[in-house]
Amino acid sequence: MSHQIKPHNLIFVLASITSLSTLTGCASMGVEPWERDLLAKKEMALTSSPIDTALDDHIYFSKEASSGGRSFGGGGCGCN
Amino acid sequence: MQLEKHNKTPNLKALLTTATCALLGSATNSASAQDNWELDTALMYYGESDRVTAIEAIIAGQKTYDNDEVLSLKLTLDSLTGASANGAVAQPQAQTFTRPSGNGSYTENAGKTPLDDTFKDTRLQLTGQWTQPLTYAEFEDYTLSIGGNVSKEYDYLSVSINGNLARDLNNKNTTLSAGLAYSFDKIEPEGGIPKPLATMVIGDNDSETFEQAFEQTRIRADDDKKTLDLLLGLTQVINRRMIVQLNYSYSSVDGYTTDPFKVISVVDSEGYTQRYLYENRPNERVKHAFFGQAKYHFESTILDASYRFMTDDWEIDSHTIDLRYYIPLSRGHYIEPHVRYYTQSAAEFYQPFLIQGQVTPTYVSADYRIGDMNAYTLGIKYGMPLNSGDRLAFRVEYYKQSPKSNGTNAIGVLNDVELYEEINAVIAQITYSF
Repeated sequence: MSHQIKPHNLIFVLASITSLSTLTGCASMGVEPWERDLLAKKEMALTSSPIDTALDDHIYFSKEASSGGRSFGGGGCGCN
Repeated sequence: MQLEKHNKTPNLKALLTTATCALLGSATNSASAQDNWELDTALMYYGESDRVTAIEAIIAGQKTYDNDEVLSLKLTLDSLTGASANGAVAQPQAQTFTRPSGNGSYTENAGKTPLDDTFKDTRLQLTGQWTQPLTYAEFEDYTLSIGGNVSKEYDYLSVSINGNLARDLNNKNTTLSAGLAYSFDKIEPEGGIPKPLATMVIGDNDSETFEQAFEQTRIRADDDKKTLDLLLGLTQVINRRMIVQLNYSYSSVDGYTTDPFKVISVVDSEGYTQRYLYENRPNERVKHAFFGQAKYHFESTILDASYRFMTDDWEIDSHTIDLRYYIPLSRGHYIEPHVRYYTQSAAEFYQPFLIQGQVTPTYVSADYRIGDMNAYTLGIKYGMPLNSGDRLAFRVEYYKQSPKSNGTNAIGVLNDVELYEEINAVIAQITYSF
């Protein structure tokens, strides 16, 4: 059992940091404030139904071995 | 009469607002507060065929103040009953187990996956979050959010705090964020914490010799774990129709990660169970998750697609794909089909059973939830506005888990039983927002 970050994990971290910095450099992306009509809709929010997301996260956290990614990992129950 | 009927909803809202403020100890004037509290309530049923049933109720409130500060509060109550797999393999004959508390026993029929029916709990959870833009001139593009969470069930307590800082760039088309969360969990199972890898004592529960032998399998009354989470995120508006998010999350768990209710069968060369050992997991776990989400607004419909890759030092790797498709109907009604696919590889210490005579590993678990598995979800949501401006939604989902072999060959009589039983569950939910 190794508790160190393995090389392949490090590669993922580096790859994601690289993609982050590449994307932030793309100033050509995006819209002007008056073009936000569609994006401003409630249904276009990244988490458009927080209640559904919370319930789903709780189910999958207690039934599967994975958590995290979208927000802070599940928890608050002695399930897994 | 007419007036009474008309006032029904605001009264409920005022009541909930007052209750929420009372919980917070805040002296907010409820008459003015009820105008800008947005409340979501939900009732969810989760039921597995022949196994666990859960009912979960949520009341969530959100209030936006004058300077764009947002207060969110959430109260969750859930109740669990039913049975869950205890880790032991099925056998050609009936099997008897001692309950985790040491009080009494339960018997599983021949050919059936042994289920522990002591799964019974009620959980109460309170979550609060405060989000506000920073007002200092040099930090005007920054948003700060802090929050806390307390969850209590009969034998489990979880307390956590979190903080997050986000920065808007590029005309608010790009948002970078970084967050930290720390949680403390304490488990106090009835009957105490079992000694790792100790053999389960089975016999006459009322006898003094049983009681002494059972005590020998316990090490202490409770145990705890601490979790540190880090979350880095990037949100980018691509164009008028599309927004994407990329997140990296790191989670480090230190402490008791073993399930005190799970055992593993030790079988002879014919596959017959000789005894059951309490499982044992490492005291540390480090997880990395990479999450990407895109939302695309077509002419009228919206596609929400996300993917997560998670890897940890227990050697569990998982992939999750989640797709939702929002389809507006006439007069504000909508439907939203949902598909989710999940697959995970087993923890390196996962074993469906142990073979007598072979060296017992330091860490071992037969819990299918950390074994090889695929899972599928298929669901649909239907939402509608009400005349009062409130919103109502129904959701029905079907969830199927298909555990798989980690490559271990079944031996003897284990070839005739189901070692990786599928689980089918139905999820039904009603959401009312006002």
